[in-house]
Amino acid sequence: MELLKEAKQLIKQNLREYGMYIALVVIMIIFSITTGGLFNSSRNISNLINQNGYIAVLTVGMTLVLIICNIDLSVGYVAGFLGAVAAILLTKTGLPVYVVIPVVLLMGILIGLFNGILVGKLKIPAFVVTLAGMMIFRGALILITEGTGTIIIPNKTFNAIGTGFIPDIVQGSDIHILTLILGGLAILFYIWTQVKTRRNNIKYNLQVLSLPMFIIKLVFISIIIGYVTWILANYNGLSWTTVVVAIVVATYHFITNKTQLGRHIYAVGGNIEAAKLSGINVKKITYIVFASMSMLAALAGILYTARLQSASTIAGNGFELDAIAAAYVGGVSAAGGVGKVTGSIIGALVIASLTSGMNLMGVGAHYQYIIKGIVLVIAVAFDVITRKKSK
Amino acid sequence: MSEYILEMLNITKTFPGVKALDSVNLRVKRGEIHCLVGENGSGKSTLMKILSGVYPYGEYSGDIIYDGKIQKFSRISDSEKVGIVTIYQELALIPELTVYENVYLGHEILKGKTIDWNETIVQADKMLKKVGLDVNPSVKIKDLGVGKQQLVEIAKALSKNVKLLILDEPTAALNEIESENLLNLITELKKEGVTSILISHKLKEVTAVADTITVLRDGKFISTMDVESEPVLEGKIIKHMVGREIDDIYPKRPNKNIGEVFFEVANWSAYDYNLGRQILKNIDFNVRKGEIVGIAGLMGAGRTELALSIFGNSKGYKVEGDLIIEGKKVNVKTVKDAIEAGIAYVTEDRKGNGLILIDDIKSNITLANLKDLSKNGVVNSHEEIKIANEYKASLNIKAPSIEQKVGNLSGGNQQKVSLAKWLFAKPNLLILDEPTRGIDVGAKYEIYTLMNKLVEQGMSIIMISSELPEVLGMSDRIYVMADGKFVGELSQEEATQEKIMQLATY
Repeated sequence: MELLKEAKQLIKQNLREYGMYIALVVIMIIFSITTGGLFNSSRNISNLINQNGYIAVLTVGMTLVLIICNIDLSVGYVAGFLGAVAAILLTKTGLPVYVVIPVVLLMGILIGLFNGILVGKLKIPAFVVTLAGMMIFRGALILITEGTGTIIIPNKTFNAIGTGFIPDIVQGSDIHILTLILGGLAILFYIWTQVKTRRNNIKYNLQVLSLPMFIIKLVFISIIIGYVTWILANYNGLSWTTVVVAIVVATYHFITNKTQLGRHIYAVGGNIEAAKLSGINVKKITYIVFASMSMLAALAGILYTARLQSASTIAGNGFELDAIAAAYVGGVSAAGGVGKVTGSIIGALVIASLTSGMNLMGVGAHYQYIIKGIVLVIAVAFDVITRKKSK
Repeated sequence: MSEYILEMLNITKTFPGVKALDSVNLRVKRGEIHCLVGENGSGKSTLMKILSGVYPYGEYSGDIIYDGKIQKFSRISDSEKVGIVTIYQELALIPELTVYENVYLGHEILKGKTIDWNETIVQADKMLKKVGLDVNPSVKIKDLGVGKQQLVEIAKALSKNVKLLILDEPTAALNEIESENLLNLITELKKEGVTSILISHKLKEVTAVADTITVLRDGKFISTMDVESEPVLEGKIIKHMVGREIDDIYPKRPNKNIGEVFFEVANWSAYDYNLGRQILKNIDFNVRKGEIVGIAGLMGAGRTELALSIFGNSKGYKVEGDLIIEGKKVNVKTVKDAIEAGIAYVTEDRKGNGLILIDDIKSNITLANLKDLSKNGVVNSHEEIKIANEYKASLNIKAPSIEQKVGNLSGGNQQKVSLAKWLFAKPNLLILDEPTRGIDVGAKYEIYTLMNKLVEQGMSIIMISSELPEVLGMSDRIYVMADGKFVGELSQEEATQEKIMQLATY
């Protein structure tokens, strides 16, 4: 009974955050039933993750941009353009992959710095700056692919980033052993950090979950990680895309939660005047956030191009909107200052699951857009209402 | 017809926790200039907001009798309909629109369903002539100076067939010649039958133009003086404005230990590009080690601007002059420089630019000095929790835990968080801007005690305050500011409310 009470209290207090996780689980269960198990098949889950890796990467960057109350509309075509640049460098110049990728990422950083200076220093609204960027890079993409049309990339290493899987340590097994091991390590790491945090919080008299509730939470999350690992291990194992996304998410999660930079970013979004009067260099934060956004756009471009094994003349169309929608669904506040990288990834998964499930059910593209639009509005309305209540 | 155009009887208005007006009476004679005076927070503006319908009928008790009838205004347009027009301190003109568009904004001249621009321009020109403003009505507002904008506001009021004109601090932003022109205009309008209520801090102006003077203090009616029957001296007005005793709410500091001069400001001036005028003029002052220096003055005197310009100039004024710490000139260009030089500024507006309300106590306290908690840019969260808990205990911040969102705390506790944040920045000079605004007596006392403790430990404190008893009760030395200048310096012994007011209202 006590436990039920605590659970109720917990859900009430964290309605926004838990609501998202619950929504994701409900969506997955519903689709698993309506598609007769097709949705939660190993092959589909694996595809779902790999197909949406570039959106996940963009969403992480967009989360920071939205937290500081800005927006970046240019990321779609920046991704498309830099993906094409990567293809050209690989096919025309013959530079090795290990040079091409850093060069493309660096180009992303420069584009982002330029955006950041226009927004932070010249105070041009981000909407305008990045709308212009969107047009410019759309044009630039067409310009550099005009002569050739779609550029096929023959480089196996490069394409593996989008289509390949990590090698297994045991050959010839039906199940991908290394994936299982990594999944197991992930669970252990998760439990270890949670136990450590809990111990510290108790030491400093901070609020913690009751022990049974804490164990239930650990078990629940471990089962989810375990389940996903099992499903993936039954197909081809962990893809390189998943590895890239995991590294990006872990890095940004660390930066936003543990570092001075992260705290300054939230402060700028929470109250820009207070941030200024606390000695935070708001311009510098703006430059960094926009530079990181475009760097991740470059990475998204690489993932997308590698997945298609080619650069197309229309790559990047609408990416930015998917990323913004995913971040909002994932709990970033429309008023800025609030949002988590991990939440945004869940948001991206919600949208990806909706797309995949509806595709399997044969729902037409028209209805898919309508449904995704409705989900976005509901998520943000829910956010605004729960925030109002907590005031 | 009654002698009075307006009678406000027994007006009482409460805000959550505060009685802003307590049975106030105001009687204004037809065709006079009636001046309304009182300290900051005495309730003048609230009374005028009730009259103009900003606080609608039902939100206050008492009666408004205007033109012989009881009025129940529920919005501004109701009061404007009967000829009551208010001109606020912050001008309500739209910079990007032309003079004629602004004059008729909200009561456009129509021909059928559309605006008759030709007639608008002709009429606007007439109104401008009436107020003696010689500009082309097609000029944009942003191209006019503040003085001329003020006249446009009056032209706008005239275009609404104003009978009772309310002016809230109309000369606060004007220079002397502009002020004189404006006051002459009000006297001219009086001859044409327009009654005016003038709110002003400048008693010279008041005694020059008023027919009647009403004084408010702490939300209560104090007196109405008829200037015609007997000339009123400034001294008498001041006595009525301040006439309260200092209570025993200021803790004594028995062992004063005031040392050498720690911080000096020399020939300090600032120019605000947005306002397009000088806001600080050749200011010189100093603070000693272990000393509390009070800066008194009325609203708009430039006290907060002074503090912000010293504290890294985040507003981007054009600043001239020197800051000197322990005899050495320091170069403070940004807020970060200021913090590193050992200066901290606790804002008057803790919700607006002091705290991050959506964040918890812990991260608010550490925000200005995360550097001290970090190694290679990574914040040590254990240390952070420890520090936050220490400040929570030592400043007696009342909250269930340091993870409580600051937005959910009471004003007094928010102010303590704001103080904790700046104490953690380990300053040598603490600038407190209205440190007890909007907090209860108990928390006030705690903050005063803390201030005493800090100066005993050798810190220097500059306290900006609009509450005269607080300035007198806490300061070792008092500077008085008016119109962007330092107009006087008083020692604790010689300072009285009357003397400060005399200086502040020059």
